[in-house]
Amino acid sequence: MSSFWAITSATLAKDLRLEWRSKDAINSMLFFALLVVVIFSFSFDPTAEESRHIAGGLVWVAFLFAAVVALNQTWAREMRNAVLDAYRVSPAPANPLFLAKAFGNFIFVSIIQALMTPLFTVFYNLRPLGPAWQLIPVAILGSWALVVNGTFFAAMSLHTRSREIMLPILLFPFSIPALVAMVQATNTILTGQDSAKFWIVLLLTYDVVFTVACLLLFETVLDAE
Amino acid sequence: MTHSQPTNGSSVIVISGLVKQFGRFAALRGISAEFSPGNLYVILGDNGAGKTTLLRTFAGLARPTRGKVILLGTHDLSSVSAQIGYMAHPSLLYDELSGMENLRYFGRLYGIEGDQRCADAIRKVHLDPSLARPVGQYSQGMRQRMSLARALLHDPGILLLDEPFSNVDACSASEMVNLLGTIRDAGKTLFVVTHQAALLDGVADEFVLMGAGKIVSRPLERPLLEGAPR
Repeated sequence: MSSFWAITSATLAKDLRLEWRSKDAINSMLFFALLVVVIFSFSFDPTAEESRHIAGGLVWVAFLFAAVVALNQTWAREMRNAVLDAYRVSPAPANPLFLAKAFGNFIFVSIIQALMTPLFTVFYNLRPLGPAWQLIPVAILGSWALVVNGTFFAAMSLHTRSREIMLPILLFPFSIPALVAMVQATNTILTGQDSAKFWIVLLLTYDVVFTVACLLLFETVLDAE
Repeated sequence: MTHSQPTNGSSVIVISGLVKQFGRFAALRGISAEFSPGNLYVILGDNGAGKTTLLRTFAGLARPTRGKVILLGTHDLSSVSAQIGYMAHPSLLYDELSGMENLRYFGRLYGIEGDQRCADAIRKVHLDPSLARPVGQYSQGMRQRMSLARALLHDPGILLLDEPFSNVDACSASEMVNLLGTIRDAGKTLFVVTHQAALLDGVADEFVLMGAGKIVSRPLERPLLEGAPR
């Protein structure tokens, strides 16, 4: 078990170092999310009250699209110089690789959220009327829901010819329940009209189910020819 | 047809009826052979003869469509993966990391802690472990040698090398051949796929000539192939 986490942390550290040097994922995600915020803000001019009702949807759709950009980069690195083969011939189990990739993507998405949330707040004049602290579990669970499935489906689409198209086709339908929960929870907290507890529990359940499913199936995906 | 040479001990690899198909194309067509430990085998053949696919099958990277591969006495190749060192045609290295950073990471996959063994592996291939330049900025020959260092890092019993001398200058290639000879003398088994077989003349124990997905012959002397240097 110690080697499991040692390999996970070594792979995560390696991925963070690669991203620090190339900034491929962060730059493209940031640019993409920024574009979404600006385009939506020019498309309509919501009052503060209206924006509370739609902000949840806007925020999460922006993060979902931005996450897809990072998810496409995740495995592209492993395909360059066929480095993934070096992992596959090693005695290292498959799941540390999956977890490290998912943790890495979670960190990238969280950085984008930390940078973009103040912008969203300013552009849409947002001030939560419900318990603001609940936005933290929603952000954590929502981001994990996006990256855990995204990392898995990105690996699945590795060997397909048009993997950048294939990823959203696979990911978006599976993300709908999580996306609905994220949007409803965020809107509920922003408007303060109801409790977000149900949506947070739903997100937590979704995360547990899909994390377990991805871990059970990842080895098969990794060894697929 | 089964190809085997007399063995003193048990075979390190036994393959029987090995077929590997990619769609309708059969890259390996029912190969049966045995390979003894402590030998350096040079696998020769034209492009598309199945050399790389055979090596990938030994490494567990390509699953046989039919037939069996028994490696170190087991069908379960993943259970003996720590005994396999694999060097492919691509470098299997991260271009953005230095040689040492690459080996440090791959070392962790084999439970190797610390830098000493990584540095030793890099020195073995006559590169400098303190070189901070990312591998992407290495010359092709340096990259090949670093790739060999990665394959040697965990001291595997079986080394599978696919075109280790491509784009390597004559002097470095000669150093690599000497190193491979030393590794063979230490009791390891090596399989080298190459189009530059003449380099291994003094070191090779056996040449495995492949054609159209089959082992055609296994001479002890290098066969003179059409168009190959003498």
